[in-house]
Amino acid sequence: MMALGVIGLLVFFLYPLLANLFYSFTNYDLASPPKWIGLRNYSYLFTQDPRVGRAALNTLWFVALLVPVRIACSLGVAMLLTRRKRAAGFWRTLFYVPALVPPVASVVGFVFLFNPGTGPVNTVLRALGVKGPLWFNDPSLAKPSLLLLGVWMMGDLMVIFLAALLDVPRDQYEASALDGAGGWQRFRYVTLPNISPVLFFAAVTGVIAALQYFTEAAVASSVANGKTGIDAGPDQLLGYPDDSLLTYTQWMYVQGFSSFQLGYAAAMAVVLFVAAAAVMAVLLRRAGVFRQKEK
Amino acid sequence: MTLIQPLTRPPAVKRGLTFVAEHALLLALGIIFLVPVVFVALTSFMGGGQTLTGALWPHPWEWSNYARAFGSAPLGRWFGNSLLYAGGSTLFMLLSSVPMAYVLAKVRIRFANLIFFAVIVAMLLPPQVTQVPVYVMWAQLRVVGTLWPLVLPHLFGNAFSVFLLRQFFLTVPDEYADAARMDGNGEWGILTRVMVPMARPGIAAAAVFMFFQCWNDYYGPLLYTSENPARWPVAYGLASFHGSHSTDWGVIMAVTVLATLPVVVVFFFAQRAFVEGITLTGVKG
Repeated sequence: MMALGVIGLLVFFLYPLLANLFYSFTNYDLASPPKWIGLRNYSYLFTQDPRVGRAALNTLWFVALLVPVRIACSLGVAMLLTRRKRAAGFWRTLFYVPALVPPVASVVGFVFLFNPGTGPVNTVLRALGVKGPLWFNDPSLAKPSLLLLGVWMMGDLMVIFLAALLDVPRDQYEASALDGAGGWQRFRYVTLPNISPVLFFAAVTGVIAALQYFTEAAVASSVANGKTGIDAGPDQLLGYPDDSLLTYTQWMYVQGFSSFQLGYAAAMAVVLFVAAAAVMAVLLRRAGVFRQKEK
Repeated sequence: MTLIQPLTRPPAVKRGLTFVAEHALLLALGIIFLVPVVFVALTSFMGGGQTLTGALWPHPWEWSNYARAFGSAPLGRWFGNSLLYAGGSTLFMLLSSVPMAYVLAKVRIRFANLIFFAVIVAMLLPPQVTQVPVYVMWAQLRVVGTLWPLVLPHLFGNAFSVFLLRQFFLTVPDEYADAARMDGNGEWGILTRVMVPMARPGIAAAAVFMFFQCWNDYYGPLLYTSENPARWPVAYGLASFHGSHSTDWGVIMAVTVLATLPVVVVFFFAQRAFVEGITLTGVKG
């Protein structure tokens, strides 16, 4: 049975990782055998591709904003919840449930809620005398709208932080209170050092997840645009509005599996690999992150 | 201690104010988190015309949206495909990942560290970095357009599940395995008679995670079954559904609710296992 797992690692991970590198030096469309073209895919990627730069920047936007905002918000809510003795389970479930909803369903729901003309959010804003913005239909607000969605779906992180916070030894809080530490100082000198391994892990895995940000952006584009599926006409549809939601992995998908430029998609995958591996190395260098003490 | 305690505590008034402020904040946040669900659910009972007026409350209640949802999309087929995808993957994952995790946690074998390192790297790297060759393999086997490329790989282990299960097996004291070994059990006997029963919460968590991940997956079905509507799971179908019903938000929201319901039901039955699983991945992770 162990052998199955090792075969799996070889067939579905190690071989594809190496084969991908090979494909990245070829021109390959699945119909005819791959043709060696040296570094041409890479030179096209870095100097000519008209949309890859925008796509990479959009992805970096999510890395730079989605990750810290989600961590800050989920840590904040988790801290509020640690003080609750009664009904702790109720609150935890309430904040957790959005993370369960299938992302496609969440996106469809959010695009409807934030629908500029008739969506409930703008209806409420109008009742308050505020003219609601265009949200998912405005190139400058589409990404922030997805940020709101990301915060709404933060439940998994919150549960992790909640557990870490409950593990902080009580006597350290008591000792710092005796020393006259205020709320902020207790957070800075007791809470943070104790939960820093968990924070660190959340940040690294969050960055890697943001590097592959795909589903929410793809579905939001197509639903806000009112057309179906990202295959419906990738060039107009993808990244709507105005390429603001075009992420790196979406562009790779279109190149590889819609236009069948598999060699070029492989080159894009190599670049993604380098980025993710660099982030991962930071995590793995912290000895013992994964090495739970074996008694 | 009794002398110092009262002095270091904040005065009762201040504590009372903090209590009120924290509860008010929590309540406000709770409402914000709940509102999207409530609005989506309410909209699923509105007629097509009413959803375009900005109304917040259904009038009249359009119960027929749910019946029409089944009429306007092959929902039964979508749910069947999702069940095949998620259920099949979960079953395969358990068959392969439980033994692998056990070996990595409890049995001394050669290259154990190397294999575990590979599991971690496979778990952390984005799936896109291996996507092209994997797709080419499935294309050459002529199974693109079926659910096989989505389900079959789990028969060969799933990195995240192996990781999660290994963390669970590590918490089971070695003495139990040793005792079973004394009684003449081989590794297989130890695994099935001792380890699996003791790690039941962990196995439940891994199973529920796998099921949800597949049920919610959009990227995989987009890649492999988008050309064949007969094999669309509900998450992919939902994303394509709005196109043909672009203004009938009532029906779209009804489908959205239906796609979400099974996940919520499973969650309420497996809540404890689930929370325990997340906690373990994060804390000792």
